[in-house]
Amino acid sequence: MAQYKMHLLVCGGTGCRASESTKLVENLQTVLRTNGLDNEVQVVTTGCFGFCEKGPIVKVMPDNTFYVEVKPKDAEEIINEHAIKGRKVSRLLYVDPKKEEAVSDSKHMGFYQKQIRIALRNCGFINPENIDEYIARDGYAALGKALTEYSPEQTIDVIKKSGLRGRGGAGFPTGLKWEFASKYKDNEKYVVCNADEGDPGAFMDRSILEGDPHSILEAMIICGYCIGARNGLIYIRAEYPLAIQRLKIAINQAREYGLLGENILGSSLSFDIEIRYGAGAFVCGEETALIHSMEGERGEPTVKPPFPAEAGYLGKPTNVNNVETYASVPVIILKGADWFSSIGTEKSKGTKVFALAGKINNVGLIEVPMGTTLREVIFEIGGGIKNGKAFKAVQTGGPSGGCLTEKHLDIPIDFENLVASGSMMGSGGMIVMDEDDCMVSVAKFYLEFTVEESCGKCAPCRVGNKRMQEILDQLTKGNGTSEMIDQLYNLGSVIKDTALCGLGQTSPNPVLSTLQNFHNEYVAHVEGRCPAGQCRAFIQFLIIAKKCTGCTACTRVCPTGAITGERKQPHTIDQLACIKCGVCQRKCKFNAIEVM
Amino acid sequence: MEKIKLTIDKRTVEVEKGTTVYQAAKQIGVNIPVLCYMNLGHLGIENRPGGCRVCVVEVEGRKNLAPSCSTLCTEGMVVKTNSPRVLNARKTVLELILSDHPKDCLVCAKSGNCELQELAIKLGIREIPGEKYSEMSTYRPDTSPSIIRDLDKCVMCRRCETMCNKVQTVGALNAINRGFMAVVAPAFERNLENSPCTFCGQCVAVCPTGALTEVNHTNQLIRALADPTKTVVVQTAPAVRAALGEEFGMEPGTLVTGKMAAALRTLGFDYVFDTDFAADLTIMEEGTELLNRIGKFLEGDKDVKLPILTSCCPAWVNFFECNYPDMLDVPSTARSPQQMFGSVAKAYLADKLGVKREDMVVVSIMPCLAKKYECQRDEFKIDGNPDVDFSISTRELAALIKGANISFTSLPDEDFDNPLGESTGAAVIFGATGGVIEAAVRTAYEVFTKKKLDRVDFTELRGLEGIRSASIDFNGTTINIGIAHGLGNARKLLDGIRAGMYNFHAIEIMACPGGCIGGGGQPYHHGNSEIIKARHQAIYREDAEKPIRKSHENPYIVKLYEEFLGSPMSEKAHHLLHTHYFDKSKQKQD
Amino acid sequence: MAKVKSLEDLKKLKTQLENNLNLREKSDNPDGYVQVKVAMATCGIAAGARDVMNRFIEKANEEKVDLIVTQTGCMGYCYAEPTAEVKLPGKDPIVFGYLNPQKVDEIIDKYIKNGELIEGIIPVNYQTIDKDNI
Repeated sequence: MAQYKMHLLVCGGTGCRASESTKLVENLQTVLRTNGLDNEVQVVTTGCFGFCEKGPIVKVMPDNTFYVEVKPKDAEEIINEHAIKGRKVSRLLYVDPKKEEAVSDSKHMGFYQKQIRIALRNCGFINPENIDEYIARDGYAALGKALTEYSPEQTIDVIKKSGLRGRGGAGFPTGLKWEFASKYKDNEKYVVCNADEGDPGAFMDRSILEGDPHSILEAMIICGYCIGARNGLIYIRAEYPLAIQRLKIAINQAREYGLLGENILGSSLSFDIEIRYGAGAFVCGEETALIHSMEGERGEPTVKPPFPAEAGYLGKPTNVNNVETYASVPVIILKGADWFSSIGTEKSKGTKVFALAGKINNVGLIEVPMGTTLREVIFEIGGGIKNGKAFKAVQTGGPSGGCLTEKHLDIPIDFENLVASGSMMGSGGMIVMDEDDCMVSVAKFYLEFTVEESCGKCAPCRVGNKRMQEILDQLTKGNGTSEMIDQLYNLGSVIKDTALCGLGQTSPNPVLSTLQNFHNEYVAHVEGRCPAGQCRAFIQFLIIAKKCTGCTACTRVCPTGAITGERKQPHTIDQLACIKCGVCQRKCKFNAIEVM
Repeated sequence: MEKIKLTIDKRTVEVEKGTTVYQAAKQIGVNIPVLCYMNLGHLGIENRPGGCRVCVVEVEGRKNLAPSCSTLCTEGMVVKTNSPRVLNARKTVLELILSDHPKDCLVCAKSGNCELQELAIKLGIREIPGEKYSEMSTYRPDTSPSIIRDLDKCVMCRRCETMCNKVQTVGALNAINRGFMAVVAPAFERNLENSPCTFCGQCVAVCPTGALTEVNHTNQLIRALADPTKTVVVQTAPAVRAALGEEFGMEPGTLVTGKMAAALRTLGFDYVFDTDFAADLTIMEEGTELLNRIGKFLEGDKDVKLPILTSCCPAWVNFFECNYPDMLDVPSTARSPQQMFGSVAKAYLADKLGVKREDMVVVSIMPCLAKKYECQRDEFKIDGNPDVDFSISTRELAALIKGANISFTSLPDEDFDNPLGESTGAAVIFGATGGVIEAAVRTAYEVFTKKKLDRVDFTELRGLEGIRSASIDFNGTTINIGIAHGLGNARKLLDGIRAGMYNFHAIEIMACPGGCIGGGGQPYHHGNSEIIKARHQAIYREDAEKPIRKSHENPYIVKLYEEFLGSPMSEKAHHLLHTHYFDKSKQKQD
Repeated sequence: MAKVKSLEDLKKLKTQLENNLNLREKSDNPDGYVQVKVAMATCGIAAGARDVMNRFIEKANEEKVDLIVTQTGCMGYCYAEPTAEVKLPGKDPIVFGYLNPQKVDEIIDKYIKNGELIEGIIPVNYQTIDKDNI
C-alpha cells in the first residue's frame, strides 16, 4: 500500500471546478507520476473550502499551506518546488489585504480564524466520493451510537436538548419536529431532505452535499430511526449535477457497506434513500410545496395545518429538514447535546453557515457560532468592503430577508435578533452593499425575484408583489408620489399578514426593511433624486469642458449620436437624446464626463 | 362527536370537532366573505385552496391572519372577523384581485351573477390604487363549441380545477404558469377542444366570475325566429322545467312546465315540443337493445357485450371516446333524446308539415353545455344540415325571456304541441340520476316478462349517492343495474368493469353530479346543494303526476312506429335513431 | 467490499482507515503532535533524505507513534545531510544530522518515545526554522 507523506487537497466544488480545478487535479497527478512520486503524494479532490473568492484552492497537508487561484499550469511548480524541494510557492500564497503579506498557514488567515466548522466539518477535508474517508472521520459512528446506546425517544431528546433549530429559514426546533413526526402512527413514514436551495447567492447546501454527502445520509438514517420511517427522499434541484452525482455515489457506497438497506449495523432498522429532482422553483423550498412537487403535483404550498408531520408525502407522516440541519445531527449525537448547546446564544445554538456575497473582499462560504456579530462577519472574516468603499447595508436571508444597516452591525446574529431587526436568518445568504447601492433599486431587485418565483396560488403574493414592484419601478423612474410610499407600507404589511406560505409572508421584507432603514432614500426618489446616483432617471452625463480634449472618442461610441462637437474642441451632450447608457464615460480617457 | 368551544366576535360558539372557523361563524349568523371557497355539499367535498385570502380572520395568538375557510376550530380559540386589521387586509386583498381583473362588468356574461362583483359591492370598493400603471395579466381567449374561456377574468379560485380533476377526473383544466401569470388552463395552453375536455360544463357551473361561460346562441335563435321563411321548432329537456323558475325568483324545485311552454310560444316559436317525447323514444330503442343483448346472453352468446351503458349524455359519450377507446362497443348505440328528436323532427315532422328540411330550424333548450357540442357532430348532419341546429341553455332561455319583457311568473300554464309534445313520467325522470335506467326498466320489464308492471316506482334506483346498484327481479331473472353520476364515479365504475369486478347487465351514467338537473347550463347554484336536491324532488313529483308513466304506452310513440319507423331497432330506426362512436384518445392528446 | 454488519465492524473499519487520514487530522492541530521536518533540498536528497523521511513514516506507523512528518528546504547544514528537525510538543526543536534509516529508528525509540538525547545533535543558533522558505 502506498505510504503517502503528503496530501494535496484540491477543491472539487462547483465554483472551483468552473475555474478548471478538475484539469488541475489531472495535471498534478501527471506531474507526480512523471516524478515517480505518485506513491508518496496523494491528490485528493475535496468539497468546498469556502474561500470561493480565491479559487481554485489547493491545500497542502501536513504543513497546512494554502494556495489560492491555482491554475492547471501551476501543477508542475507546486510539485517541483513544494513536493520535491520542500519550498513553498510564494506567488500562489494568499496575501492578507490589510497586512499586505503572504500567509502560508490557513490557520492564520482572517477568513478562517473566527470560524467554527460543524456542518462544514468535512468539506475541504475529505474526499466526498470515498466513504472510507468519511468513516475514518467517525462517519456513521453517530448512527452506531444512536442504535446501540439510545432508544429513538432518547435520540430525539439529545437533539431537543442540543437546541438545534432548522437551518432552512424559519428556525423551528429540530428535535420537536422529529418528536411530532414520531408521534403519528403509520406503517409508512418518510424522512425528507430539503435540498432545494433557492436563495440567490446561497450555496451552503450545495457545498455540503458536494463536500460531505455521507453526513446527510447518516443524519437521515438517524432521523428514520427516531420517527420510525423506512424511506428517505432527498429533494434536490436538477441544477446541482455535481451534488446529485456525489449523492448517488454516496448512496451506492452506503448500500454496499450495508449502511443503507435492511438491518443496518445488525439492528432491526431498515432504511433506504432515493433522490427526487426539482425543477428549481424557489417556492418548492417550502415544505408543503416540496412535498406536492415530489408527488408529481404542481409545486405550490397548501394551508398548514395539517403539517407534514401528520400528513405529508402521499398523506403519510413526514419529516422535512434542510441539508445544513441534517449535517449538524451526527456531530451532536457523537459529541453530545451539551457540547453543541455550549456554542451559540441563549435561543440559537451551534453554528450557522453564511454565504458571503456582494461588495465584500472575501466572497465565500463561512461557518460561525451563533452570536457572532455582523461586524465580525463582514469586516474580519469577510475582509471588509471592496475597493475601500463605505459599508451601507447588508441583506440577510435572501429575498425573504431585510436590509440591515450600520446600526445593526454589533447585534449578535441569531434567529430572534435578525427577526427583531426586520430581517431573518433565511438560509444564510448575506449580501453586502456599499455607498454606491440605491436601496430602492435593491428592494426592487429582490421583489423582481419574488414576483418571478411566486407560485401564483394566493392573491396577495400573486398580485400584491407585482403591484409593489410596479410602484418601485415608478419610483426609480422618477414618477414617484408620496402616496406610493404609503401604498408600499400598506401592501407590504397586508401581504405579510395574509399570504399563504412563507415565501409570500416574507416577500415584502426587503421593501419594508428599506422603507424603515432608508426612508429618506424613498422620499428623495419622490423628490427627484437618487442619493446613490444609480437610478438613471435622476442623473445626467455632462462633459466638463476644461477636461475635454475633443478627441471624439465619445462621439464614436455614443449609440444615439447625442454627443457633438468640433475636433479638438470641448464636446457637449444633448440631454434629450442621451439615453444614459454611460458608454461615453467609460470610454473617456480624460475623466471629462461626470454624472450629475 | 367531540365538541369545541370558541369565541367569535366576542360570542361563544360550540361546534363539532373538525368544523372550520368559517362554518362556525356561519352558525351564529356571521357570514365571512369568501371567494375561492365553495361548498359542494352534494358531492361531499369543499373547494378550499386558501388562495384568495378574502376570508382571513384574526386568531388570537397567531402571528398572521388565518383563512377562515380552511382553519379548523380549536378549543378556546378567540377569533375576530371584523377588526380594523382584518377589514383593511380584506379590502386590500380584494383591491389587488380587482386590480388584475377587467372592468367590463356592464357587458360581462356573468354580470349580476358574478361573485367577485358581489364582493366588490359588499366591501364598498370605489377605486383601485395604482390603476394607471398597473399591468394586467392577459391571455389568449379560447372558444370551443360549448365553453368560452376568458382567462383575463380568472381569479385562481381553482373551483373549475377541483371540478375537472377531483369530481370529474377529466383533467382538462389545471393551474399553469407561475406568479402573476398563473392561471387555470389546459396543459400547454391548448384550446379546450384539443384537451380531454368533455364539455360537461361543471367548470362553468362553479366559476365565480366571467372567466368560464357558455357559448351563447341566443342571437342565432332571435335571427331564426325573425326569419319568416323558417319553421322554428323547439324542444325542452326534462331538467329545464325543474330549474328555470329559479331565474325568476321562484323557489328551487318549482315546476314551470306550463309557464315555460307559454313563454316559448310568446317568444315566437312555431312549434313548442318536448324532448321528453324523444326520451320515450330513446327508451323504446335503448330498452330493446338491452333486451336483445340480455336475450342473447341468456342464450349463451359469449360475444355479447354486457353491461349495456346508456348513451344519452353527450359529455359521457365524449368521456368514454377519449378515455375508454377499447370499450366503444359497450355503450348503447341509441342516440340521445336531443338528437332523436332532431332527426324525427326533420324527417318525420317536416314531411308531415310539408316543410323542407333546410327551412326547419330545430332548437333545443338544455340544462347542458355538452349538447351544444353534440348537435354540431358531423354524424348528426345531413349534407351539412344538422338535425338540431343549436342548443341553448336554461340560463340563456331565462335571459331571453327577461329580455323579451315577458312576465314569466304570471304566465298561464300552456301545453306542448303535438305530435312531438306528448310524454310519459318515464321520460321526465331522464332529468335526474337513475331516471333513464328506471324508465328503461319500466318498459323492459313489461316487454321481457310480457306481464303488467304493478309497481312503477323503483325507489331503489333513485337517490344522490355517487355510485348505486340494485338488482331487479324480472320474473325470475335477476337484472343487475349500476348507476353512476359525475364522471369521477363513472371512471370508478368503468375501471371496475374493465377489471371484471362487476356483474352488471345495465348501467346508467350521467356526467353531471345529480344528473341533468345539476347540468352545466342550469341556473347557478353558487354552492347551495339544497337547490340540487329540490330540483331532484321536483322531477319525481312531475313523474308521479303524469297519467302515463311507461314510455311504450305513449300513444304518439306507438303512432310514430306505426306510421313511420316500423319497430324499434328497425332499419329506419337504426338509420335515424342510432349512432356509432369514435376513438378520440389521440385527437385529444396530440 | 465487505458489509459493515455491526457497530464492532464499523469501529474495526475505522481503525484500519484512520491511518490514511491521520496526516490530515494531525496537521489540522499540529501543536499536539511530534513534528519532524526532513530537509529535502538537493543536498539532502543526494545524501539520502528520501530514505530517511520514508523510514520516519514507516517506523512511526509500526510503532504507533503519532508523528507529523513534513519536508522542508535546505537548513544550511549541508555538511551534515541528511538532517531533520524534531520538535516534541512544548519543547524546543532539535536538529539531528548524518541521518540514515538506523539512526531514524534510534531517534524514534529513544528521543521521541523517551525523551533521551542521543548523538548527532547539531547545535542551533536560531529559534525557529519556520520562516526560512517563504
